[in-house]
Amino acid sequence: MTLADILASLFPDGHDVTVRDGLVSGSGPFAEGRIAVVGIDGDTPLGVDGALHLSRSVLDAIRAGDRGPILVAVDSDSQRMSRRDELLGLNECLAHLAKALLLADRSGHPTIGLIYGHSAAGAFIATALATRILAALPGANPSVMDLPSVARVTKLPLDKLEEMAKSTPVFAPGLDNMVATGAVHVVLDPGKPLDAQIRDLIAGMEPGDARDRLGAERGGRPVARDVAGAVIDQARRS
Amino acid sequence: MAGDRAASIDPDALSWYEATARQRVVALADPGTVQEFLPPTERRMSPHLPLFDLPRAFDDGIVVGRAALDGAPVLIAAQEGRFMGGAFGEIHGAKLVGLLRAALELKPRAVLILFDTGGVRLQEANAGETAIAETMRAIVEVRAAGIPVIGLIGGRAGCYGGGGLIAGTCSRLAVSEGGRISVSGPEVIETNKGAEEFDSRDRALVWRTMGGKHRRLTGGADAFCADTVSAFRRAALDLIGRAPAFDLETLAAEQARLEDRIARFGDCRDATDLWRRLGVNDPEAVPAMDTDAFDATVARVREADHDAR
Amino acid sequence: MESLTFRHTTKKPLSGSVPNALTGVVASGNLEVLLERVLPPDTCEVAVETPIAGYGDVWEAVVADFVARAQPGGIRISINDGGARPDTVSLRLLQGARLMEA
Repeated sequence: MTLADILASLFPDGHDVTVRDGLVSGSGPFAEGRIAVVGIDGDTPLGVDGALHLSRSVLDAIRAGDRGPILVAVDSDSQRMSRRDELLGLNECLAHLAKALLLADRSGHPTIGLIYGHSAAGAFIATALATRILAALPGANPSVMDLPSVARVTKLPLDKLEEMAKSTPVFAPGLDNMVATGAVHVVLDPGKPLDAQIRDLIAGMEPGDARDRLGAERGGRPVARDVAGAVIDQARRS
Repeated sequence: MAGDRAASIDPDALSWYEATARQRVVALADPGTVQEFLPPTERRMSPHLPLFDLPRAFDDGIVVGRAALDGAPVLIAAQEGRFMGGAFGEIHGAKLVGLLRAALELKPRAVLILFDTGGVRLQEANAGETAIAETMRAIVEVRAAGIPVIGLIGGRAGCYGGGGLIAGTCSRLAVSEGGRISVSGPEVIETNKGAEEFDSRDRALVWRTMGGKHRRLTGGADAFCADTVSAFRRAALDLIGRAPAFDLETLAAEQARLEDRIARFGDCRDATDLWRRLGVNDPEAVPAMDTDAFDATVARVREADHDAR
Repeated sequence: MESLTFRHTTKKPLSGSVPNALTGVVASGNLEVLLERVLPPDTCEVAVETPIAGYGDVWEAVVADFVARAQPGGIRISINDGGARPDTVSLRLLQGARLMEA
C-alpha cells in the first residue's frame, strides 16, 4: 500500500495529513477524536532536520493534552549518512525523536507504528521501534542491513548467507524476520479497512514491553526474554 | 570473579581506554562491592555465533551487576569493545534490558552504562536492533522513576550506531578524548557516500567530528574526563547529582536546544568552523589541548552545559 | 569451530582457594580463559573452542607444558579462543593460575 492508500483507508471522511520533503505530518478524525499522524515517506533517509521536524510534531501532540493516539507511518531509508549530520549530533536528534514518542506513550497517547515500506538502522529505531505497538503492511521491508552488506562485513559468501537466512530469522532482513523477533507486533490485512484494525490494536494494548515475549513465542529471539528475566532474578536476590 | 582482583590496581593509573570492561567496573566501584549478574561461570553464550564459525564469549561481551559508588547502591553495565566490537547481540542486549528493568524494582541511586560499542552485531542484527529499542524504552522508564541513567564513553569501540541513540537517551554523559559518539561510523559513511563525503582514514577528521571534545563543546556530553578510571568515577558521581528529569519540560528544552544548534551551525563544514562560532578563540588548538585547558575553554561556552537531555 | 578437550592428572592441587577467575578477552589474536575450582584435586581439564581448525597438536603441547609447570589440580579450564598464538595462550593460562592462587 502507498501512503495515499493508507490515508484513504484510515480516513474515509478526509484528513489534513501532508508530506513535505518526505516528512509526514497532520491528523485525521478517529473514533470520537482525532489521530495525529507523523512519519517518513518515499524511502527518505532521516537526518537531523527531519528528526527534529517529527519530534516537534510529537511534542505538539503531547502539549495538546487530549491523549489522542499518534500514528507513526514509516517508509524510510536508514539514518542519513553524512558528515554534516554527525557533526550536528545525529545521535542526539534521533534519540530525541524516540524520547518524544516514548514520552507521548507515557503521557497516555497510544503510539502505533505502521511500517509500509522500507526502514533501517537508526531511522527504524528512532521512529517505528519507539512506538508501543508496531504494525506492518504486507510488502514492508524493515532491515538492519541488506544481505550484500552483511556479506561484506562478515566476509561470508552471499549464497551461504542467503541459505542461512532461510532458517535463521535473527540476522536476515525482511518483515517475516522482524515479526519473528517480536519487533513487529502484527501484520495488518490491507484488504480490510485500516481504521478498524488500528482501533482494535489500541483497544488491545497491554502495559509493558511485549517484544521479548513475542520473540520467544515466535522463535526469532529464542533466549532474550529468559536472559533478561534471569538478570532481574539475580538482581532481586543480590 | 577473581579476574577482577588483578584489576584492583590504582584507578588513577588505569587507562579507561586500555582497560577491559570488567576492569573498568571493578576499578570504578567502591573496592570489593561488585556483584555480577549472569557471570562468565554461567556461560550464557550466543546461540547464533557458531552458525558463523565465530568464537563466543562467556559473558557475550557485557558485564552487568550491582556495586556501591561512594557508598550508594548502583547498577552497572559495561560493554567489552574488544569482543565483536562491543556490538549488541541477543544476549548482550537482553542483559542490559534486564538490568534496567531490575532498576525499576531495586531503585538504585543510579544506573551506569559504560558504553563501548560499534552498534548492532550483524550476525544477530534483528535481535540486536530490537534490544536497542527495548533498552531505550527501559531507560526512559527508569529516568521517569527518578533514577539517573549515566553513560560513560571512552572505550576503543566508541559509541556508534544504536549505541549512539541509547547514549542520547541517558540522563547525562561523560566522555573522554578517546570516546567517540556517532550514529554512522566513518567507514559506514565512506562506504555508502564516498571518501569525498568522509575520509575514514583521516583520523583527525574523525576526532573532530565525533570525538569527545566536540561532543562536550556542543553539549552532546555533560562532562569531559581524562583517560583514567578515577576521572570517570568523579564525573559519574557529579553527574548523578544533577540529572535532569524526564518530562515534557526537559524534552521541550531539548527540542529548542537542538533546533538552535542546527539554525546556528547547520552550514558549518568542519568542527573547527563550529567551534569558532561557539566562541572558542583558537579552534585549531582544541585537539591538542590537555584536560585542564580544555575544561577552561568549555567553561566559556554557553551551549556546553544544560538540562535539556 | 573446533572443540578440543584435554584431561590431565596432576601431582598436587592448585594452591589458594579462589573459586573462579577469568582472564583475557575474545578478540583477534587473544583469548579468554575461565578457571573454576570444581574438579577432584588431582585432576585438570582444559576445554578449548577455537575458530582455527587443525592445530590440536599445538594446543595439546601448550596445555601439557602448562599443566607440568603449574600443577593446576582441581581446576576446570574453559577457553574461548580468538586465534591466539601459542605464547599468548601460555601467558594467559599462567595468569589465570596466578589469579586462582591469589
